[in-house]
Amino acid sequence: MSTAIGPDATSAMPAVNPRGVDRHGDMPSVGRGPRESILSRTGAMLVMAVFTLYFLVPIWWLLVASTKSRGDLFSTNPLWFADFRLFENIGALLAHRDGVYLKWILNSLLYAGLGAVVATILAAMCGYALAKYRFPGRETIFNIVLGGVLVPATALALPLFLLFSRVQLTDTFWAVFLPSVVSPFGVYLSRVFAEASVPDELLEASRLDGAGEIRTFFTVSIRLMFPALITVFLFQFVTIWNNFFLPLIMLRSEELFPVTYGLYAWNSTVNQFPELRTYVLVGSLLSIIPLIITFLLLQRYWRTGLGTGALK
Amino acid sequence: MTASATPATAARLAAEEGRGRRTPTRRRRVQHPWAIVAFVGPFAAMFVLFYLIPIGVAVWQSLLVVEREGTYGTATEVFGGLRQYELVFQNEAFWTSVGRVLLFGIVQVPVMLALALLFALLLDSPLIRGKKFFRLAFFAPYAVPGVIAAIMWGFLYSPNLSPFQALTSQVNLLSADFVLWAIANVVTWVFVGYNMLIIYSTLLAIPQEIYEAARIDGAGQARIAWSIKIPLVRPALVLTAVLSIIGTLQLLAEPQTFRSFSSAVTSTYTPNMTIYATSSIPNVSLAAAFSVVLALATFILSFTFLRLTRRKGADA
Repeated sequence: MSTAIGPDATSAMPAVNPRGVDRHGDMPSVGRGPRESILSRTGAMLVMAVFTLYFLVPIWWLLVASTKSRGDLFSTNPLWFADFRLFENIGALLAHRDGVYLKWILNSLLYAGLGAVVATILAAMCGYALAKYRFPGRETIFNIVLGGVLVPATALALPLFLLFSRVQLTDTFWAVFLPSVVSPFGVYLSRVFAEASVPDELLEASRLDGAGEIRTFFTVSIRLMFPALITVFLFQFVTIWNNFFLPLIMLRSEELFPVTYGLYAWNSTVNQFPELRTYVLVGSLLSIIPLIITFLLLQRYWRTGLGTGALK
Repeated sequence: MTASATPATAARLAAEEGRGRRTPTRRRRVQHPWAIVAFVGPFAAMFVLFYLIPIGVAVWQSLLVVEREGTYGTATEVFGGLRQYELVFQNEAFWTSVGRVLLFGIVQVPVMLALALLFALLLDSPLIRGKKFFRLAFFAPYAVPGVIAAIMWGFLYSPNLSPFQALTSQVNLLSADFVLWAIANVVTWVFVGYNMLIIYSTLLAIPQEIYEAARIDGAGQARIAWSIKIPLVRPALVLTAVLSIIGTLQLLAEPQTFRSFSSAVTSTYTPNMTIYATSSIPNVSLAAAFSVVLALATFILSFTFLRLTRRKGADA
C-alpha cells in the first residue's frame, strides 16, 4: 500500500499531470461491487444541495442587497431584487470622498499583485537552488524555511510594527509591501516542484551549450516550473489580500489602505453614518467578484498546490 | 527565538517524511557557488529582514520596561528582565481571551473538518452527480476575505436586515451568549471548502486499484470510505487540523469586524485583539510579551497535537 502511494509518484504527479477531470466518470462499471442504492444516492445529493445553499445564499444576499436603495434594504424581501439601483450605487460609491474606494482597490492590487509576483520570483530562485545544487548548509536553510511556514502572518504583525517603528517607516507603502514579498511556503513548493519537473540532464545539456546558470534558470527551468509558480503566486496573493493585522497596525493614512481595511474602517462607523452601509455592501461585492472569478478559473492550480502540501 | 528553529521539526513531522534521506554529500568542491548565492541570497536577505529580525526585536522589546522621572517626566526604556512576563501572567483579560479561543477551537475545528471530510468523501464517491459544480460552489467562500465575510454575516445576523428573521427575531445571535458561535459560523463558512479541497486532492492521488479488492469482497461505499479512504487521508487531516489550530489562536479579523455589530465583542476578545489594543495604548513592551507568549502557546499546541496523532498512527 505504501509503495502504491510512494512519495515520489505523488509529488511528481501534480507537476507533470495536473488533473482537471474526475476519474470516476470514466470507470467501467464491470467488476464494481453492489450498485449504490437509490436511497444513499438521494441522501448524498440532499446533503450537497443543502450545503450549496449554505455556501451560496450569503453571496446571493450581498448581490441583491447591493442593488437596492437604502430604504428598500429594510423594507423589501432581502433575497430578491426590488428597484434595481446597482449602477447608481456603484456610481455613488466611486464618487464618495473623491474616489477613495478606487484608490483602495489599486492599493490592494499593488500590495497583493506586485507583492506576490516578487515573492514568487524570490521563492522560485531559492527553491530551485535548494533542489538542484549541492552545497553545505542546504538542509539547514530548508529547515529554517519550513519553520517559517508554520509562523502565521498574523503573528508577525506586531514584531514587524516594532521593527518599522524603529526606522520610522510605519504608515508608509513599504511597511505593508516589503514584508509581503517573503513566502516560505513558496520556497517549499518550488523546491518540491523543481525536484520533480526539472531534469538534471537538461541542466547538463544547457551547461554544455555554454549557457550560464542564471540564464539557464530564466530560459529553461522557470518554464518547466511554471504551473507550480502560478500556485505559489495564488497562495501568496490570497495571503497578502487577506492579511488584516499588518495594515491595521501599520497604517493611519486613508490613502494607503488596502480595500479590506478601508471597508472595515467604513463599517466601523456605520452606526454614526448610515449612508455608508450601502457603500460597504457594494464595495464588498465589487472587491470579491474578481477574486471569485480568478479562483474558479485557476482552481486546478489550487488543487495542485494543496495536494502537494498535504502529501509531503 | 526558538520559534524559528523548532517549528521546523514540527513541519517535518507533518510532512510525513515524504523524501527519503539523501545520501551524505561527499566532500568535494561546491559547484557554481556564485549562482547559488545569486539564487538563495535575495530570498534569504528578505527572510532575515522580515522574519528573523522582527522576531528578535519583539523578544528584545518584551524585556524592556518604561521608567519615568516623576509622573510627567521623560520616559526612558530600560532593561527589565522578565518583568513584562509577570504582567502577562497576571493579566486576566489575556487569559480569558486565550480560554475563549481554545473553547472556540475545540468546537469549531472538529465541526469544520468533519464537514470538509464528509464533502471530500462524497465528491470522491460515485453517489453524486455534478461534482464540478459542488466543488466550485463550496470553494467559492474561500475567495471572500475574513473581514468581508464578517461584514456579510454581521448584516445577515442583524435582526432588522436579515433574510432569516424567523430565526434572528427569536434569538439574538449577536448577544454575549451566542456571538462566539456566530463568529465560528463565519470562519467555518470561509474555510470548509478550502479544507475539503486539501482532503479531496489527497483522495484523488490514491490509485483506484486499492479499492478493487474491497469491491470484489462486496464492500459498499460507506465501508470503503471508513476502512480505506479515511486512514489514507490521515496525513491530510493532521495537516488541516494543525493549520486550523494555528488559525484559531490567531483569530483577529472576524471578531474585530464584529465589534461594530455586537457590543459583546470587547477590545480584548481574542489574544490578538488584546495585543492590538495593548500596542495602541501604547504599551509596546507588554504587547511584545503577549506576542511571544502567544507564539509559544501556538507552537506547543500544534506540536502536542502532532505528537498525539503520531502515536495513535503508530499503533494502527
